Amino acid sequence: MPLVMDADRMSRTLTRIAHEIIERHHSPGIDELALVGIRTRGVPIARRLARSIHEINGHHVPTGALDITLYRDDLMRHAVGAQPVVRKTEIPFSIDDKRILLVDDVLYTGRTIRAALDALIEFGRPKTIQLAVLIDRGHRELPIKADYVGKNLPTSSSQSVQVHLTEIDGRDEVEIQEP
Amino acid sequence: MTKDLLSIADLSRDEIHLILDTAEAMREIGRRPIKKVPTLRGKTVVNLFYEPSTRTRTSFEIAEKRLSADTLNIAVAVSSVLKGETLLDTARNIEAMQPDMIVLRHASSGAGHMLSRICKSRIINAGDGMHEHPTQALLDAFTIREHKGALDKLKVTIVGDLLHSRVLRSNVLLLTALGAEVWVSGPATLVPPGIERLGVRVSTSVDHAVAGADVIMMLRIQQERMSGAYFPSLREYFNTFGMTVARVALAKPDVIIMHPGPMNRGVEIASEVADGPYSVILEQVSNGVAVRMAVLYLLAGGQEGD
Repeated sequence: MPLVMDADRMSRTLTRIAHEIIERHHSPGIDELALVGIRTRGVPIARRLARSIHEINGHHVPTGALDITLYRDDLMRHAVGAQPVVRKTEIPFSIDDKRILLVDDVLYTGRTIRAALDALIEFGRPKTIQLAVLIDRGHRELPIKADYVGKNLPTSSSQSVQVHLTEIDGRDEVEIQEP
Repeated sequence: MTKDLLSIADLSRDEIHLILDTAEAMREIGRRPIKKVPTLRGKTVVNLFYEPSTRTRTSFEIAEKRLSADTLNIAVAVSSVLKGETLLDTARNIEAMQPDMIVLRHASSGAGHMLSRICKSRIINAGDGMHEHPTQALLDAFTIREHKGALDKLKVTIVGDLLHSRVLRSNVLLLTALGAEVWVSGPATLVPPGIERLGVRVSTSVDHAVAGADVIMMLRIQQERMSGAYFPSLREYFNTFGMTVARVALAKPDVIIMHPGPMNRGVEIASEVADGPYSVILEQVSNGVAVRMAVLYLLAGGQEGD
């Protein structure tokens, strides 16, 4: 099972993304920025980015969690199998006129992001919505592109990319699993 | 999940927790500016109510709408039932229009089970006679869990008309499944014989049953189901079994008071208690919507052997 990112590399990647975020939000003002992590693994990544931004420039960026299950386009399409588990959405701030940065671990088909955009719009009308991902593995099925990418990882669609995070899995690493 | 939700007895402990956890997520939707998710788009839900209901029917309808289902209310008072159509025929006709789910409230125990045998649609029991009212028990458990963290080892005392109550049956099954210690109390004429076989402690002294309780759940005196004289007068009932401030004082200091509604003030519960600081009666109503959203969502998916 090839390891494509270890803990050290992950930490440096996220710090680099945090710097990029600060740089690009210099002129519109970082006051308008808010992070929204997509459940499950986008949430700890968003929190880490917020912490990094705080360490770099002392700014507290509001951070929320979004569950996109109820917006999935494949719900109810399969006659067999239990429903996916729905978890809580927690966005404890108004997103109106904010610059929202959606955060997820892996960008693949783009369908999760489509669902996240639908879900987010129900909470208000942000000024802009951007996307940050730790891994972009290609194979898009929708016209969606990330604004911040930790690592571009060429994969075949039969492989699977597993992101492990300390907060959830007890360790930080990214690996590719062969079928 | 099973195809239908007819009885709490059909649910495993894990399924109960899944419903309550899902309800937790659903509740947040009700706090959004736009209280709607697209999840059940294109699904048709028929609310078939053979008995009067405000809370349960409204609650189901709001839950269905928040999930974007198309809902249809059939109130029996203005339907073909008055022309003599049987439940079975009504159900077959509704079924012929391909709904996805039917929410049924009926005066006969087991009505949902009968429908479930002939219908492909998912059936949700919204109260069948004196048998069960599963979504009420689920929302009660949800409310208790929110206040007490877990139900395990809690003393829950249920007082009132035990004989006619479907809320009681569903609650006893659910509370005991989650490890609560359940006490019941009411006039001997309204205690069904053999109720202790459900794993509850019975006392005809309310004071004794309420002592040290974490949760007090009051049941309505169901005069519409009573065929005989079960107690001398409503005033005497209130004096002997009614929940008064003095009785509440016997329970734990952080006790919560519940009532499934509609309340008979001054009969089973004093107004000071119903509107008092321990009362979570209106929270139960709010939680009802989230719990019913969870049930609708979980049943709408497929299941083994479909």
